[in-house]
Amino acid sequence: MAVFSEKPIKTLLLHLALIAAVIATLFPLFWMVSVSLMSSAEANRFPPPLLPAAPTLEHYRMLFSRLNLAAYLLNSTLIATSVTVLSLLLNSMAGYAFAKLRFKGRDRLFRLLLASMVIPAQVAMLPLFLMLKEMGLVNTYSGVIVPGMASIFGIFLIRQYALSIPDSLLDAARIDGAGEFRIYRTLVLPLCKPILVTLAIFTFMGTWNDFMWPLIILTDSDLYTLPVALANLLGEHVQDAELMMAGSVLTVLPVIILFLVLQKYYIEGLVLGSVKE
Amino acid sequence: MRLIGFLLMPALLGACGGDREKTVLEFWAMGQEGEVVQSLMPEFERLHPELQVKVQQIPWSAAHEKLLTAYAGDAMPDVFQLGNTWIPEFVVLKAVDSLDNRLTAQQREDYFEGIIETNEIDGRLHGLPWYVDTRLLFYRTDILVKAGFSAPPKTWNEWLAAMAAIAALPGGDRYALLLPMNEWQVPVILALQMGSELLRDEARFGNFRSDAFRQAFRFYLDIFRRGYAPAVSEAQIANLYQEFASGYFAMYVTGPWNIVEFEHRLPKSMQGRWATAPMPAPDESYPGVSLAGGASLAIARSSSRKDQAWKLIEFLSEPEQQLAFYRLTGDLPARRSAWLHPDLATAARTQAFKTQLERVVSTPKIPEWERIASKIAHHTEKAVRGELTEEQALAALDKDVDRILEKRRWLLRKRAP
Amino acid sequence: MKTPLLPANTAFWFLAPALILIVVFFFLPVAASLLLSFTDFDIYALGDHERLRFVALDNYLRLLGDPLFWTALKNTLYFVLVGGPLSVAVSLGAALLVNHRLVRFKGLFRSLLFLPVVTTLVAIAVVWRYLYHPRYGFLNYLLGLLGLDTVDWLGDPDWAMPAIILMAIWKNFGFNMIIFIAGLQSIPVRLYEAAVIDGASTWRQFRHITLPMLAPTFVFVTVITMIGYFQLFAEPYVMTQGGPANSTLSVALLMFQEGFRWWNLGYAAAVAFTLFLIILTGTVLQLRLRRREI
Repeated sequence: MAVFSEKPIKTLLLHLALIAAVIATLFPLFWMVSVSLMSSAEANRFPPPLLPAAPTLEHYRMLFSRLNLAAYLLNSTLIATSVTVLSLLLNSMAGYAFAKLRFKGRDRLFRLLLASMVIPAQVAMLPLFLMLKEMGLVNTYSGVIVPGMASIFGIFLIRQYALSIPDSLLDAARIDGAGEFRIYRTLVLPLCKPILVTLAIFTFMGTWNDFMWPLIILTDSDLYTLPVALANLLGEHVQDAELMMAGSVLTVLPVIILFLVLQKYYIEGLVLGSVKE
Repeated sequence: MRLIGFLLMPALLGACGGDREKTVLEFWAMGQEGEVVQSLMPEFERLHPELQVKVQQIPWSAAHEKLLTAYAGDAMPDVFQLGNTWIPEFVVLKAVDSLDNRLTAQQREDYFEGIIETNEIDGRLHGLPWYVDTRLLFYRTDILVKAGFSAPPKTWNEWLAAMAAIAALPGGDRYALLLPMNEWQVPVILALQMGSELLRDEARFGNFRSDAFRQAFRFYLDIFRRGYAPAVSEAQIANLYQEFASGYFAMYVTGPWNIVEFEHRLPKSMQGRWATAPMPAPDESYPGVSLAGGASLAIARSSSRKDQAWKLIEFLSEPEQQLAFYRLTGDLPARRSAWLHPDLATAARTQAFKTQLERVVSTPKIPEWERIASKIAHHTEKAVRGELTEEQALAALDKDVDRILEKRRWLLRKRAP
Repeated sequence: MKTPLLPANTAFWFLAPALILIVVFFFLPVAASLLLSFTDFDIYALGDHERLRFVALDNYLRLLGDPLFWTALKNTLYFVLVGGPLSVAVSLGAALLVNHRLVRFKGLFRSLLFLPVVTTLVAIAVVWRYLYHPRYGFLNYLLGLLGLDTVDWLGDPDWAMPAIILMAIWKNFGFNMIIFIAGLQSIPVRLYEAAVIDGASTWRQFRHITLPMLAPTFVFVTVITMIGYFQLFAEPYVMTQGGPANSTLSVALLMFQEGFRWWNLGYAAAVAFTLFLIILTGTVLQLRLRRREI
């Protein structure tokens, strides 16, 4: 295309604007890392220094030694992984059924589910707490995991993708005498792999980042997830910017790495999820 | 669900472990106290080798919900700290154990009467005061002297006269007193000084149109009407310490935490120029009463280690530990004997609190109090702003409070026959 | 026995696990919440269920007379009506930039701009609290460099909500940006080629091709953004606790405080349902409005 050579100034300006936008976007993250490496004296200086003069890991050490951060990291990983694995299984089954299995009232049921996505999660929280209390799940990992094991959004996402599986393929398998679960396991799941990866990232990140529900349901600090522990820490260490920044880095880092590695799936899934019916 | 429990078991088991012979006491404490109290624990564990204390620190901003959710989820700790205005709620929930048989009469004597009373609901003790607070007058000595007052005011009349004199001083934008108009504490203190009961008929109804409350309310509004106090809410005061140092206001009714703050944040040149004094009284009965505040320690009724829990409370209540705690936090000791130590006995600004603490009374000990207090703040602010007349504000207050107390009336009726 | 299952039964076994969970842990609590909102469930009832009463619409009536609720609603609407459109505008701007035909390394720019979306809100709120710090914060430093007065971002009732909006836009714009990019890429290139031949300016192309063709994306983005923004909770919870002077108290935060701080569950459920009704009305209104426009 000849366009590039035609408008060098415009091209340059566009890229400059984009670079400025990227700098503005990444600055808070950059600053978070930078301050987390500063000594306490340095962080409370004005004007705020951009880079640590003598980088130190003391705050990270303190988080792990005195503030039990490793335990929270483990809790978050455990909870997010459990929810991801279990919800992937259940949502993919249901999503596939909505896409490819025929039964009475299917479309009406699906529309009902979709419509109920407008209900804010907060509405359910109060009775959910009382219910989980009766089940003895308050202050347990399961109290966080079980309610997240199926999601309407997950079902929706899988269904949208599974619609593209040709019926002829499934019918051929049926003629060969394969049972429905076998078809699901050996045919549908491999075909849905890209969207399963996408949903896995969504679920993992959503659970990892979730705040309100673990805050309510976990009372014992040994069970806290990272965001809850971080908010708790903030209540006590408001003045210790460097320490809080180090905690934030450790909370954010795993999800950022996950995103950067699997971004292709993430972004494709996001677009698919937003396609109108 | 079983499956998950099974999957998670190894992780859970791995997390505990450790020394199996010791009894572990769960202790929840709030904010800075929660952090500082951990440094007292090695001594306790040395004295009681069979016990191990696990302190969980909870931010004040989340403390109330954490305690109630823990109660609702059957996950209460053995010992916990709670603000003493919360005690009625936990008594209603039957969440706290009575301490009647644990505290000796002699030990009880050592506590400030007004403070320990806030821990007594229906004649039974449900918490032991850990540290105490109340509100009194912080003032600029130099400004009062300039206005012709060498001593802090002892009566309402003297107080008004001092305010008038300060307001008349040259130097433009200045006020005698800072009263954040969205705070309920000062109007309530004034009413309690007048002997108002705030609520009537065993706290079935609001009693805000009674003479006592009305007079106190009028005195409070007068301070604004005469221009002695600026009509600002707490959030509008950008920097309290700077404004106090600049002389924007000369007096302020606040609590012991501000002794530490003022000493830290006021410029050096200011340090010889401010003092504290007990509240003025409406008549000659100086000092006037103030609020019985502070935090208590309580034992959860659900605890299976109540005797051990009491040992921890007893330890934290020893005068030496109270002193150690004061040195670490600035929190005022709940026991009089701790106040005999020179650290406290020679601190003039803190001693004013000692005097005041002998003259404190409790706000109504019912679970609805926090909501009632917020209504008082709301309607007082409207009256200060002139959106409601004095009469309208008090009538509205009675109406709102009566509605809040409706459930209480129903429960009392239900219990009666 | 290995008789093949009937299709209906198969579907049942595929659907049951997920649907049962959704019914038990979502629909049932929602229904229970509606019932709860007609009772006076409070701390008394928590201790003893005998002390629970049916109060019909009392909670809703009390809500209408509660100045705190109106403050919370006002703040939430502020956040939705100011923050929402700003957020969508920033997303569209970023999408147009990234998707411009002259731009190279599109994938890289897109990913970098998207990064805030995946971050943990609580951690980000911590970082922004320090960016907003009145003395050591970077924002005030920048204002100082520009010769402007510094602002007590989170301490001043007039600035606290704008500060939260700014942070929310930063955190969220990438999400809608991706959707806009997808929308832009689905516009047939020949439309622009035809316009260029007709001599239409860039602005006219944008006005008469890009915007109308993006309309369905717009509907989706605004509805999703609005629903999300109405549920404002974690930002004020972590940054300001609803203060100063309740200037950042949102409806969801009010529900949380009434429900879990004071355990007025009946009242809190009424708050939650009112929020739901407001969101529903907003959604239906938006969809109607757009449908008529298109």
